Order: sequence, then C-alpha cells, then structure tokens
Amino acid sequence: MKSHARLAAAFLKQEERAHWHDQALWYVREKRDRMAASVPDWEALRETAQAIKRHALANLPRYLEEFEQNAAARGAIVHYALDAAEHNRIVLEILKRRDARLVAKSKSMLSEECGLNEFLERNGVEVVETDLAERIIQLAGERPSHIVLPSIHIRKEEVGAIFHEHLGTERGESDPTRLTRAARTHLREKFLAAEAGISGVNFAVAETGAVVICTNEGNADLGNSLPDLYIAVMGVEKVIPKSRDLGVFLRLLSRSATGQPISAYTSHLLGPRPGQEMHIVIVDNGRSEILQRERFYKAAFCIRCGACLNTCPVYRRSGGHSYNYVIPGPIGTILAMHRDLKKYKDMPYASTLCGSCTAVCPVKIDIHRQIVLWRNEVVEAGHLGRAKSAALKTATLGMKRTRLFRMGGWTVRKLLRSLPSFVFNNRLTIWGRSRDLPKMPAQSFRAEYRAHSKSKTNLSESGLNREGRS
Amino acid sequence: MSLGRVGLFIPCYIDQVYPRVGMATVRLLEKLGVSFEFPEDQTCCGQPQFNSGCFKDAAKLAGKMLRIFKDYDWVVCPSGSCTGMVREYYELLLERDKESDDFKHLVSHTFELCEFLIDILKVETIDGSFPHKVGLHQSCHGLRGLGLGVPSEQVLPGRIGKVRRLLESLRGIEIVTTGRSDECCGFGGTFSVFEGTVSSFIGRDRIKDYEQAGAEVIVSYDVSCLMHLDGLIRRDKKPLKVLHIAEVVDGAVS
Repeated sequence: MKSHARLAAAFLKQEERAHWHDQALWYVREKRDRMAASVPDWEALRETAQAIKRHALANLPRYLEEFEQNAAARGAIVHYALDAAEHNRIVLEILKRRDARLVAKSKSMLSEECGLNEFLERNGVEVVETDLAERIIQLAGERPSHIVLPSIHIRKEEVGAIFHEHLGTERGESDPTRLTRAARTHLREKFLAAEAGISGVNFAVAETGAVVICTNEGNADLGNSLPDLYIAVMGVEKVIPKSRDLGVFLRLLSRSATGQPISAYTSHLLGPRPGQEMHIVIVDNGRSEILQRERFYKAAFCIRCGACLNTCPVYRRSGGHSYNYVIPGPIGTILAMHRDLKKYKDMPYASTLCGSCTAVCPVKIDIHRQIVLWRNEVVEAGHLGRAKSAALKTATLGMKRTRLFRMGGWTVRKLLRSLPSFVFNNRLTIWGRSRDLPKMPAQSFRAEYRAHSKSKTNLSESGLNREGRS
Repeated sequence: MSLGRVGLFIPCYIDQVYPRVGMATVRLLEKLGVSFEFPEDQTCCGQPQFNSGCFKDAAKLAGKMLRIFKDYDWVVCPSGSCTGMVREYYELLLERDKESDDFKHLVSHTFELCEFLIDILKVETIDGSFPHKVGLHQSCHGLRGLGLGVPSEQVLPGRIGKVRRLLESLRGIEIVTTGRSDECCGFGGTFSVFEGTVSSFIGRDRIKDYEQAGAEVIVSYDVSCLMHLDGLIRRDKKPLKVLHIAEVVDGAVS
C-alpha cells in the first residue's frame, strides 16, 4: 500500500486538475460558510448538537431499545449486527428469503465500510447504486473519494465517457442536464425492476421509531417505497432521543454538507408501507469501542456531513483516494485509526493540524486534536519509521541541553553560510526540493541580545540614557 | 500597572535563524516601556516533537520550559504557534504537573506578543506608519487556538481580529482582501518535510492569492509559516516580501 505522501504527490502531478479539485471543494466550503452565517445562533446550535450526541451515546442501550420497540411496533423488523460480516450476512439472508436478485440501493457510507456491495455481488445479487454520483462511481469501477460527493474527483467529460460506454449516450456528450436525464431513464428502469431497496439512515428517532433519510435526488424514496422489500442499515450512533432533536440536526446537516438550508428530500419512515416488508439492521462494527476511549470517543458523534473534508487544505489537494481508508480526510483519519493503527499509520500525518476541521464540525468533534493524539499512538506503537524517530530523538537531545542547542545552531548556521546554496536547495533534500532555505544570519538572537543589553547598560552607566525609555 | 517579572520566550528557530524577529520584539517591548528578561537557558518548547507524535520527547522540553518560566509573572512570545503549544497542549505532556500551581500559572500567563499588547498592556492603537499593501497571514494556531483572528468558518458576528486591529491602526497601511481569508499555508511543522509536495503546493496557492490581491508584503505573527512561504517566494523569484508583525510594528514606531 502506497503512503498518503506518495499518492498525494502523484495526484498533484496533474497540476491543473488538482487546482480544479481544490476549487470545486472550496466552492462547497464557501457555500457552507454563507449558509452557516444565515443562522445567527450557529455556534450555539453546534454546541447543542454535541450535547445531544453526548447524551444519546452515553445512554445508548436505553435509546436503542426504545428505538427498536417503537420501530417494531410500527411493523419494522429490527436486527443487530456486531460487525461488518454479520451485517452483510443478515442483509443477504433477508434478500435470499425473498429471492431478491436486484437491489436498488441508496447511498450509505456504512455499506461502504462493510463492503456490502462486493459481498452481495459475490453472492449473486445485483446491486444498483441509485444516487447519481454513486452510480457514476459504480459504473467506473471506483470507490467514493468523498463521503457526500463521492464522484467529486470525476469531471463531467469523464462522466460523459463512462455513460457513453455503459448507458449508450452519445460520444462526447458532457452536458450535465442531458447526462442526468440519461441516468434518470436508466435508473427508472432499475427502480421498477428492483426486488428490494436498501438505504442508509441519517437519524433514527428513539421516541417514535422513525428512520430519517436525507437525499437530494429522492432516490432513497423510490428505493424504499417501490419494492416490496426494504432494508435500512444504520450504525448504532445514528439514534437520537426525540423528534425535536431533528430540529437541531437537520438545520446543521445540509448546511454543513453542501451549503443548502435543507436537503431536497427529508423522509421520515414510520414503518413499512402496506404490503411491504421493512427491516432495520443496526450495526456496531467497532463503534462501542470508540465510545469507550477517553481521548477519542467524540469521533463517534460524526453525522457524516463531510464539512471537514471540504475545508481541509490537504484533502482538497490530495484527493480522497490518497487516504487508503474508505472514509478519507480528517474524519476518515480519526475513524480509520480505530480500525487498524498499523495499516493506516500515515493518515494522521496527512494533516497540517490547521484546525479548520474542528471549527466546521457541526457536532464539534475535536478532530485536529485527535489527529495529533493518534500520531502519538503511532509513535508509541513503533510505527513512525526509523529515520524520522532518530531525527526527532537527536533534536530532543540537542534541545534539552542549552549548550548543545547553541553549538548545534552555530554549526548549522556556519555550514549553511559557507556552502553554496545549490548544495541544500536541490532535489535531494526534502525542504529544498521546492523551497529555498532561509538565509542564515551571522549570529543567534541570544548573541545579539547579549550585545544589545551590554551596550544599553554601558549607555545608562555613562548617563547618556537617563530617561531610560524612548 | 506594575507587570512584575516578564520573561521573553523566544522560539528556537527565531533564536537560531531569525534573530531579527527576536530583536524587533525586544525593541518594541522597550519602546512600550516593558522591562523584561530573556532567560538564557531556554531552547525549544517541544512543538516539533509533539507535532510528530513524540510526546515523551516533547515532555522533556515542556518540563524544561516549566522550570525556566515558572517564576515569571508573564511570559511573552513572538509566535502564535509556540504560545499555543504551551497553552493548549502542555496539559497532554505534563500530566503529573497538570494540577500544580506553577503549571496553571504558566499556561494561563503565556501570551503571544500581539495579545500581550492588546489584552495585558491595553494597547489600542499603534502610533506609527507603514504605507504598504499588506497580506495579513493569519497562521492557524494563533487564529483558531488563541483567537487572534476571527476564523472564516465560524459565525462570530461583530468580532474583529486582534492582529488586524493592531495593524489597521498604522497610518498608510492597506490590508488587501484575498480570495481565501485565512487558509492554511501548508507549513504544518514536520508536515512540511513529511509531506513536502502537498505542503509546497498549498503554499504556492496561498502566495498566488496574496499576489493577486496586490500585496507587497505578507505579514504574520508566526515566522515559521513565513519561512515556508519565503522559501517558495525566493525559489520562484517573486517580488513579495515577508515580515513578522514585530518587525512591522517596531519599524513603524519611531
């Protein structure tokens, strides 16, 4: 597996494309800023959202049971899955029992996390992603590069080529409206033919047993109402206590995600439609472990809005695929580390720690602080790498003793001042590859300051500086 | 008011590579009538180690800082990032000292230079002139960690950043409006080396933004960001200059 640094460097080789990617996401970030500013008590709303999450997740068993009872009372069949494998197995069993071979699926990051599509395909079930961007990705044989805008890395001309190949649109067609129409016709056939619908869940309301789904395309609504079998899959952390809590989260979610006041469709599913069978699969897959970790539990508060990706200067300039984990960017980093510290060890280092992620997060997860804490976990587990560890150890030794520090600084300054600049400003040094080193001064601050203080004392002793201050 | 003992905390790279920034800080404090000491035993706050995840190494340096500065009433530092290190993150490093009075005092009395001027010395305006077009670079740790500015992603109506207020009081200064008001420059401490390509790419975007806005000089309270930006500016042979805010204000005041 290539490191983030290498994958990012490869991404940046196509400079014009990298700028386009950065700008497309910055546009979303700016929309988000404008929308956030339209809510005067925005910061208080974030605070409230965090308080609700904290309360709900601290009382998770109670709210899950309440949700389960209320959903069951409305006719849904509720299942619990400990991990991804169990989740996949349960979904497959439900489909098999009804002999469903074609599934119309709506976007779900949980199913990405569990690898549901691949699993179902391996077991003879055709899964059609019905969110437009997800369908593009699926046809292209890729994985999402963003949790809300999964095909943000693909340009409209490329979508045209993919659709030409798979949907038979005209060669060279890149008009978004015409391409969308073609996708709509194609998806309509799938919706009508599908034997089951699967979707993710944005919020599960304990008080009512409602499953709340937010989309812009209405695809989830077709998927959960047309087929006679519908399966909603959700992580345990999606449960919120009351309907009124939606008044907090729905105001935050779309504004943070795409800079819209609210998603085009916000559907509240209270049980199956007449004649339909509805299942809800509630998955843990490591979430309760996250909640038990003192320094990291807030990562489980995430409502998957993607705002931290859009604002991240590194994400925008390295692309979602450079992170290796299914969820990229800042939030992906602090979730991936719970999965496999060693495998994803370079993810926490793919950050400047600028803190913008924390500042946009609608549930106020301390993302950048967790990132630096994860760096410490990587170091403690011995995964930093020998060269980096040695360099930092040496620096520490030098800095612990003031004399060594002074001598070290003197040597470096002397050396850099006497060498011609091409020696260090070249491709072989990491700093010097694209940046010049600072020009080295003749002496340190402490030396200059000593001389300065001395001359001041001399001045005042000779009476020339009687006023003391100028 | 009597300030008591003021300790000057000069970050390691300012001491060794940017003495002009340290000296500008010294002259500025002298002009403001602040008497202070520079404890010679200081070296580094431990941020490079901390930032890389080597907390144990960083803790050794944090401990040294605490020993050196605990007896000062105030600690002043011409860096938002190093100040933030002490204020925000020392609690993660000095777990055993966390509850001690010395620790609490150090953390609550360490100030970045601009905030020290505004919050402690109650300097409202600077009597001086700097007739240049300035790109104000709001380095992230000072901006978000210390609240030296108003982060563009937050909704805090009516607030004006402290550093901006100081700069705007200078005669003839024009702070240019950039496309992105406070995006990171991509330095990120050891990130600039671990992920050199991304770091430089972000930096060049930042520079282009300042250039297009017509800035002649990029000013920041963190010379580490400026070292990165200046390295790119000089490599690309651009006419932009970089200055630490202490240099600007010291130079503007006669």
